[in-house]
Amino acid sequence: MTEVRKEPYLLEVKDLQVSFYTRRGIIRAVRGVHLKMERGETLGIVGESGSGKSVTARAILGLVDLPGAITGGDILWNGESLLHGKGAKARARKVRGKEMAMVFQNPMTSFNPLYTIGSQIREVLKYHLGMNKKQGTERATELLSLVGMSNPKSRVDQYPHEFSGGMRQRAMIAMALASEPKLLIADEPTTALDVTIQAQILELLDDLQSRLGLTTILITHDLAVVAGVCHRVRVMYAGRFLEKGSAEEIFGKPGHPYTVGLLKSTPRLDELVPRLYSIAGSPPDLRLPVTGCTFLPRCEIGEDSCGVTEPLLTGKKGAREVACYRSFEAESVIEAELEAEWEALARADD
Amino acid sequence: MQTTEPLVKADNLSVKFNVGSTGFWGQEAKWLSAVDNVSLHLDPGEVLGLVGESGSGKTTTGRAILRRVPIASGTVTFKGQDITHVKGEKLRNLRRNMQAVFQDPYDSLNPNQSVLEIIAEPLLVHGLIKNIKEARPEVKEFLDLVGMPTDAVDRYPHAFSGGQRQRIGIARALALKPEFIVADEPVSALDVSIQAQIVNLMQDLRSELNLTYLFIAHDLSVVRHISDRIAIMYAGQLVETSDRTSVYDRPSHPYTQALLSAVPIPDPVVESQRKRLKVVGEVPNLIDPPEGCRFSSRCPYVRDRCLAEAPELREIAPKHEVACHFVEDIPALSLAAMGS
Repeated sequence: MTEVRKEPYLLEVKDLQVSFYTRRGIIRAVRGVHLKMERGETLGIVGESGSGKSVTARAILGLVDLPGAITGGDILWNGESLLHGKGAKARARKVRGKEMAMVFQNPMTSFNPLYTIGSQIREVLKYHLGMNKKQGTERATELLSLVGMSNPKSRVDQYPHEFSGGMRQRAMIAMALASEPKLLIADEPTTALDVTIQAQILELLDDLQSRLGLTTILITHDLAVVAGVCHRVRVMYAGRFLEKGSAEEIFGKPGHPYTVGLLKSTPRLDELVPRLYSIAGSPPDLRLPVTGCTFLPRCEIGEDSCGVTEPLLTGKKGAREVACYRSFEAESVIEAELEAEWEALARADD
Repeated sequence: MQTTEPLVKADNLSVKFNVGSTGFWGQEAKWLSAVDNVSLHLDPGEVLGLVGESGSGKTTTGRAILRRVPIASGTVTFKGQDITHVKGEKLRNLRRNMQAVFQDPYDSLNPNQSVLEIIAEPLLVHGLIKNIKEARPEVKEFLDLVGMPTDAVDRYPHAFSGGQRQRIGIARALALKPEFIVADEPVSALDVSIQAQIVNLMQDLRSELNLTYLFIAHDLSVVRHISDRIAIMYAGQLVETSDRTSVYDRPSHPYTQALLSAVPIPDPVVESQRKRLKVVGEVPNLIDPPEGCRFSSRCPYVRDRCLAEAPELREIAPKHEVACHFVEDIPALSLAAMGS
């Protein structure tokens, strides 16, 4: 462990800013994201749609296209910048897609329907590893069996439409692993899948990670998915992280009112409550300038003073950090409020 | 036995889709049996949660009950009246009483219609108003009922977020003052914080208007929260039905156990201690379904009889039915034993 610390982080993101220049204004989708990835760990980024979680992932992989652009910050791979300085572009080309790969959300649309699965995986092998057709087919078959596909020899010559959703997601993971990446970014890899298939894919990712020593970033809107898979968790809202910590810490003692709200508004399989908490309102419009806390309009414990300057992540560096002036105060307030509501409901029933 | 007459009843309902190309040479027709011999009932004011994965036939069951797809065999009864073969004007009148809320609030609202037109259209179609403008005050009331600002009336769907659109979809379903609503995955396209808003709204409306819901979803956690009773479907058939607690406390069909095991719980401590039943493989092909139990290809407890003979639903405890030959031999998998 100490040896690892002497090395630079595998991936370091410093104050990343991404904006989209649209006709209706500049959308500041990512507004200062910091991230350090140790080798072999799994980080979960949780957020709702529009929080900037996918844009962050795409920016790391250099997949932000016009009208979007990275407008600030830096991305370092093994301590070397992929954005600025001499040779950064060449370095980025070598790293992106080879050393870091991405699994996308929708396995139905992420493959080209006109080519066989095998030839699409071969293309990656040819570009990154210089394999010829014979080697490529062999390796593609190996990869398909690595991701738990039965009959990989015949599967390799099949077209995407011949695969079910779960199989396609497996093929997608096989393709991402083709270039032997060190970092795998999975953007909502199971959202389009059924629960039993989701469980299979999550187990596969977990298994691959320990077998291949992968570093993984799992991006999802589903808190429950993160709880089972990730060591560390970040909660994202309106283009920034609101809370970071270990999974146990965040789920056991959420510090930010937004995290508390998310947890209380998710129905649990093992718990029956009379009524769910709901976070009022909707996320802010990121075209407008930010003054103060972005969550204030929806916050239960917000005060006028929260609207002056935006709170930053504070706390013990590297461990638990919460971007809230009244961190750890929301849980008891919301719980008391919910219990009062449940009591009123019970009385109305009688 | 029953004290109240069910509002909606389906008996041995089957739906088949023709998927064989009756092409130039007149190939043989192939039939996909999407719903096979499903019986269920909803008492007035009750919420029945119908759960299943994609391809399980849950949506088709809902549509068949609404008479939106041709029924191959079986009957649908609404308020004691057999509606399986009702046609024309009668069917139209019937539909005033049974409405649907759809999954995708982006696809299910016409982008070229204003909110006024969207919500008032059912009233116009059923001849309750002569023109759209007339319905304005009423539409405003419905908007208020679903928690939308009344000035939304002249705006278009693109101006609203997913959650707001779903509220508009619900207002449209309520416009004809139906007693029965089929809600087909009404919250699965929404963000977590918005899901809770819509679930709470649906619960409020249910008690205010005494509605009966068939709540179709794949998310067992949401279904448990909102339903009085649960029915679980697999490959076109019901595999287990019970009240909202039994199915979670004592899941008995191997598929139910597998399904519950696969649902993640937002708590790392619980997650690491959970007992799970894992299954491999995927749903069988319904064009040529397996002869015996449809889950036999994935079931870890499969025996010879399962391959030969299809099990029927039978009562294993009061109001708890399971379709499995060997349900008594299947090890228990309790959520309560997970340490929560």
